[in-house]
Amino acid sequence: MNSAQIEIQLIASLVAIACAIPGTFLVLRKMAMISDAISHSILPGIVIGFFITHNLNSPLLILFAAFTGIITVILVEYIQKTGLVKEDTAIGLVFPALFSIGVILIAKNANDVHLDVDAVLLGELAFAPFDRLLISGIDVGPKALWIIGIILLITISLLIAFFKELKISTFDAGLAASLGFSPAIIHYGLMSVASVTTVGAFDAVGAILVVALMIAPAATAYLLTTDLKKMLSLAIGFGVLSAISGYWFAHWLDASIAGSITTMLGLIFLLVYLFAPSKGVIAVLYREKQQRTEVSLLTFLLHLKNHNEEEERHVNHLREHINWQKVRAKTVLELALKNNMIVIDENIVSLTKKGNTFTSKAIDYIITNEDTQIEDMKDDFFLFRG
Amino acid sequence: MKQIAVKVDDLTVAYNYKPVLWDIDLEIPEGVLMAIVGPNGAGKSTLIKSILGILKPIAGSVSIYDKPYEKQRQLVAYVPQKGSVDWDFPTTALDVVMMGTYGSLGWIKRPKQKEKKAALEALEKVGMLAFKGRQISQLSGGQQQRIFLARALVQNASIYFMDEPFQGVDATTEIAIINILKELRKAGKTVIVVHHDLQTVPEYFDWVTFLNVKKIATGPVKDIFNDDNLTKTYGINYKVSIQE
Repeated sequence: MNSAQIEIQLIASLVAIACAIPGTFLVLRKMAMISDAISHSILPGIVIGFFITHNLNSPLLILFAAFTGIITVILVEYIQKTGLVKEDTAIGLVFPALFSIGVILIAKNANDVHLDVDAVLLGELAFAPFDRLLISGIDVGPKALWIIGIILLITISLLIAFFKELKISTFDAGLAASLGFSPAIIHYGLMSVASVTTVGAFDAVGAILVVALMIAPAATAYLLTTDLKKMLSLAIGFGVLSAISGYWFAHWLDASIAGSITTMLGLIFLLVYLFAPSKGVIAVLYREKQQRTEVSLLTFLLHLKNHNEEEERHVNHLREHINWQKVRAKTVLELALKNNMIVIDENIVSLTKKGNTFTSKAIDYIITNEDTQIEDMKDDFFLFRG
Repeated sequence: MKQIAVKVDDLTVAYNYKPVLWDIDLEIPEGVLMAIVGPNGAGKSTLIKSILGILKPIAGSVSIYDKPYEKQRQLVAYVPQKGSVDWDFPTTALDVVMMGTYGSLGWIKRPKQKEKKAALEALEKVGMLAFKGRQISQLSGGQQQRIFLARALVQNASIYFMDEPFQGVDATTEIAIINILKELRKAGKTVIVVHHDLQTVPEYFDWVTFLNVKKIATGPVKDIFNDDNLTKTYGINYKVSIQE
């Protein structure tokens, strides 16, 4: 690896981390689309900022563009508050309008400079190492690395300082307000961080990839954990993994780095969506199958419990009586035997003591929904996991 | 005369310039267990949210023990409607109860061992200690409501506001919750509950406020919980037999 390759991967990874942090909270607040809106509507901010500063990396331009992001959020909320349209419609109204102002401004005024719509939308990570930051003539690294590094540092400091406030206002805005943590302040704080991150990252990775890096890692992490801190770490992990694997994928294909990173994000999400241990598609299907079997088992046990007569408990009769296919009857019978819930003596099925207690408890649970007593059962049976 | 815990003066609240609460005057004495009853859209939740500063009224004022709410936050605990939050949020029962301690911590400061201990005690009080590590979406409706109650208990407040704590809970949980509320009253706390089931008002509460955009009546259940006030509030001939 040469130093340019290392720098590109470093920039991509830092952008991924800086995006995953606000992204996690956007996903939890069901505001994923607002990041899309911000990423587009900062364009006029960037253009106007560029006319003023004549420097795409100026901190002033970043603040100016981020401010356009905040205006987007305010406009969306204002339109939504009129009650005439829903939030998604409001978003769809605001950002194309702002974005198109940016497009026209570029077309009219910026034909001769390095600022075009393609660059804003797609970025070009491969060129990032060429734009160096010189401090009194000494090369201290690519400018993009410094910009995103500083933004990331601020984001992490804010996250550590206000983690508790972010958590409570995201989970329960009403309680947060009653306790004196103004949800509005936290909301606009988060929107500001998302806007600054988007602006800081767009030059390197482009507006579309910024959205992908904010939403996809958080959405993937959401499928894997039930703990907010773990969700943040996983989102960061997935972001960095996609950044690095995406870079090498692009290297191998000789294609756009931004496009390859986004592809990796999509692939990782797909894998987790399919194979996640409890929320994944396959796990859900498996669980449903298990539940069907367990309900059958319970029906069977209950039948045994309710009937003392031997003819009711004869193996063949059971099949006719409960009206099951042979395969299903066999599965249930084997499951019950394996768990020592029944004994079969000369084709007469009887409940064991264990089976008897289990059935009473299970029925009790289903009727009363009081589950303190059967906590230990939950591990063996999906049915009782709420 | 008992001290007034909550005083509401000329409170008017509007959504998009349409008043949902109109000129409410209300005095809630200390130590009562009060139900707020009224039909859907009567402004019951709005009244609570306005007292707690979550909604901004267009007129009127609220005081908690003679001072504005902002100065008395520490004295007040709030249990929002269960449906107002996303139960798929990645967190555990214990963590939700810990949120009750955030108010006394203030900005930036983190909960420590002391807060965790208080949260565990509150969980025990509502019979949910065994579920402390459980992800909140894995709890039943009744258990989620108990967690919310524990979160309010951990605040160790003087006044408790609860928005429909019996919504969608089973009978056992309802009894468990009302017993805790009665204990709070016994300890001298003031408990204000938005309540739907008129049948249980005389059994559960000692004070009642009838609300339908305007305040219809407020006072001791034994004096004012009658067909006259019910009819005025609900608009139709309402008959509820009060068990002696």
